[in-house]
Amino acid sequence: MLNKAKKVDIIFSPYSTAPYQVLKEHHKKNNKAEVIDQILKSGLRGRGGAGFPTGLKWKFAAEQQGDIKYVICNADEGEPGTFKDRKLLTEVPRKVISGMAICAWVTGSTKGVIYLRREYKYLIKGLEKELDIYKQHAKEIGLNFDISIFLGAGAYVCGEETALIESMEGKRGEPRNKPPFPIQKGYLGYPTVVNNVETFASANMICRIGADEYRKLGTDDQHGSKLFSISGDSPKEGVHELELGMTLEAFVAEFGDGDTKAVQVGGVAGFCIPRKDFKSAVIGEGNTTGSSTMVFNSTRSMYNVLHNYLEFYAEESCGQCTPCRIGCQQLLKGIEAVKTGKKSPEYLNQLLKLADTMRITSKCGLGQSVTNSFSSIVNNFREEMIY
Amino acid sequence: MANNITLNIDGIDVTVEQGTSILDAAKKINIKIPTLCHHEDLCVAGNCRVCVVEQVGKQTLTASCATPADKGMKILTSSPKVRRARKDILALLVSEHNTQCTTCYRSTNCELQTLSSDYNVDNQIYLSVLKKGDTDLDKSSWSVEKDNSKCIRCQRCVRTCAEIQHVNALAVTERGKDMRISTFMHLPMNEIVCTNCGQCIIHCPTGALTERRYYDDIWEAIDDPDKYVVVNTAPSVRVALGESLGLPVGTRVTGQMVTALKKMGFDAVLDTDFTADLTIMEEGTELLTRLKKALVDKEKVALPMITSCSPGWVKFIEHMYPEHLDHLSTCKSPQQMFGALAKTYFAEKKGIDPSKIVCVAGMPCAAKKFEANRPEMRDSGFQDIDAGLTTRELGHMIKQSGLNFMDLPEDNFDSIMGESTGAGVIFGATGGVMEAALRTAYFLITGRPVPFKDLNILPVRGMESVKEATVKFENCLPEYSFLEGVEARFAIAHGLTNARAIMDQIAAGKSPYHFIEIMACPGGCIGGGGQPIPTTNEIRLKRIAAIYEEDAGKPIRMSHENPEITQIYEEFLGNPLGEKSHHLLHTKYRKRNRY
Repeated sequence: MLNKAKKVDIIFSPYSTAPYQVLKEHHKKNNKAEVIDQILKSGLRGRGGAGFPTGLKWKFAAEQQGDIKYVICNADEGEPGTFKDRKLLTEVPRKVISGMAICAWVTGSTKGVIYLRREYKYLIKGLEKELDIYKQHAKEIGLNFDISIFLGAGAYVCGEETALIESMEGKRGEPRNKPPFPIQKGYLGYPTVVNNVETFASANMICRIGADEYRKLGTDDQHGSKLFSISGDSPKEGVHELELGMTLEAFVAEFGDGDTKAVQVGGVAGFCIPRKDFKSAVIGEGNTTGSSTMVFNSTRSMYNVLHNYLEFYAEESCGQCTPCRIGCQQLLKGIEAVKTGKKSPEYLNQLLKLADTMRITSKCGLGQSVTNSFSSIVNNFREEMIY
Repeated sequence: MANNITLNIDGIDVTVEQGTSILDAAKKINIKIPTLCHHEDLCVAGNCRVCVVEQVGKQTLTASCATPADKGMKILTSSPKVRRARKDILALLVSEHNTQCTTCYRSTNCELQTLSSDYNVDNQIYLSVLKKGDTDLDKSSWSVEKDNSKCIRCQRCVRTCAEIQHVNALAVTERGKDMRISTFMHLPMNEIVCTNCGQCIIHCPTGALTERRYYDDIWEAIDDPDKYVVVNTAPSVRVALGESLGLPVGTRVTGQMVTALKKMGFDAVLDTDFTADLTIMEEGTELLTRLKKALVDKEKVALPMITSCSPGWVKFIEHMYPEHLDHLSTCKSPQQMFGALAKTYFAEKKGIDPSKIVCVAGMPCAAKKFEANRPEMRDSGFQDIDAGLTTRELGHMIKQSGLNFMDLPEDNFDSIMGESTGAGVIFGATGGVMEAALRTAYFLITGRPVPFKDLNILPVRGMESVKEATVKFENCLPEYSFLEGVEARFAIAHGLTNARAIMDQIAAGKSPYHFIEIMACPGGCIGGGGQPIPTTNEIRLKRIAAIYEEDAGKPIRMSHENPEITQIYEEFLGNPLGEKSHHLLHTKYRKRNRY
């Protein structure tokens, strides 16, 4: 583990040479297998939050038969407290597009889509210009991979890859049953790679600097660096690229305001780490690969924080599966009942059990991860829940 | 075999075809996994999560209905983890439900109630999350009642309406805590594009969707000494009513049903099969007239002609293909023919004041309720049919009357309008109207019985989605010489999704058929929206088998040979398609909107 938060400058580093050079170089070498191998070796995990190994996803997609495959860039950045994808698409869109193109080339995909959340509509103009530039370069090397932009309709759940695909197909944004996974049957039934914006940018940079160089960063457990969207009671709010593997203590020392009580790592789908665990907890280890990092100081009521999360969940659940639809409402009503004395404090234990049922029975990651913030807040700040 | 895989469920190895769900694999070795959103008629949803099982080595539980069995899987269907989770999920569903089982129409036939009872769910665990607006019952439709406070959001109705019927009257709306099954713009049920087929009702696991019930009104009429209450029962009721009363699927209860209805106090217990036979006379003549116009007079007539017995189908075509209404036969359905004749011919013969007659129909159908209330169905001078009851309502009425149904002696329908043939009976199964029509038409045209062994026209029977048949007319009687050598083509569709395929062909001008039978419900009336719940394919087939048994046991099996039919034409109607027929037995259709 790292005892100091170390800033890194890979993702936002300025373009060194001509755009799409990485893509062109690899394309010229025609080393598809080697590229996948490099991504695998780098240990890069999906930066959306679920943390699936990117190299593996690309490898599986490359192994799928069929002439039509899709590469989708998930820019539905909806996790509360996350705002790094917006920055990436604004400042370094070429790295993202280049990452998509590399992915398409190694997996044999011909069609690409950037799934942009509607709130980022204002980015379309700039992105379209960038896509025009990309087209020229793709033409130059004879790469058959078109990219279009699709605007989401604003549901949190559409960040889940199968719900995202459903919504692209014009249906309600509801997660699908898995298997089949999108790499087997995705958009319109074709093999589809869905990766987060940052994942594509990182993959692009790994192709540039090599997996060995990338792996110099991080620890045995997590490799490289990633972007943190830092908000809350921090004097240094904003997007920061940090080496992975730091303890909460190191993080708070750099970004806290001196009075940090807890840090919510990975957005509302992630965990709330209390002060007593700052020394032992390492960001990203056993918690999440999401970017959102919210810092709370001692003026904050953790009951209000949790209440706010649960209100969010009760509204943003797609509503199709029982544990998530009703469970979120029960957790919300339940903590209100305990707070107002309508239910005894022991009821919190029942709610913790319910959160566990939701974790193991919900259809998708949304319902499964409610327990992360719920249990970590209720267990660590039980007193605040009751009084 | 290469496509087979072996997995282990609760310690037992089971080999299944690749792609089989864990649920079905377990069924194969008699392990029952509870389900709610699953229905064999419908696509997999995997949203209720009651069927979760433990896959050894996996942290989260797996929805067994939605997960294909895989090689080497080790599944536990009743581990402590599974049981606890299931019970918790059931408790959650109950917390969203009004839990008023004692006053629920579906009580003792409710999947949620059964599971809650099996798992002994404690209603006190969770707070109620029943929504305020959900308790407003939608009673606007003549046919379907919708009660959101009993809905478990399994989406079986939504899938039914989309997949089986292609109507999409019901849909998932809103999100999260507000997610509910609703209609276009949340309009009331009587203002939307709904065919009233009631398939949503028989696919609903709870009492959220039910037929609008009329039996209290019927009891009142029976109790009124001034009223003369006539009941007629459809062919498919007699092969399904027993299920509502605890008898095995496929039991024929015609005789007991007649006795029960008489004992309950109906003044006359008559048979809709009689007007089914009459339909054959009218519709058959209409078809021959159209064919003659097309072949001899070279007039432009709408062909193929399509049956109009199924009110769900009629409303479907009115909404979806209003420009092709001329293809529909102008014949009323047997129910409506019956009503029109009960208050004219029957009243006249029996010397009863028609204004005092209350005409009740026992039907396998929800749409018949709507049909009875169509404003154009008043040709007798009164509302022809006062109320349509479903098979389930009849079952309830028999229970209410305290009769020991199984021990009742058999009795015959009253006369007149109680005599029927095997051809009338088979109206209840998909293909039945076609078969009945062919039996009579072929005979009228050629003077010979239809060339199938024992009059059983097998190609038109069965559950295939669209069936086809061809009959060549040879050595015709002089009157029908224009059909000499003509190879007539027929098609049969059941379920409105299949009906749509037929209609798209007609709309494209590419329909090769002369005559088409369409029924709104899968399997025909025996699978109707008013039939006992559950209805599955296995059950449909058993009811169909019972229908054909009934047909085979009838001494007369061709509609035109029904002595009461001969009598009614002699004494009252004159000729098929004659003036009186035209007035009482035929109707018009109206164009409706697509939304």
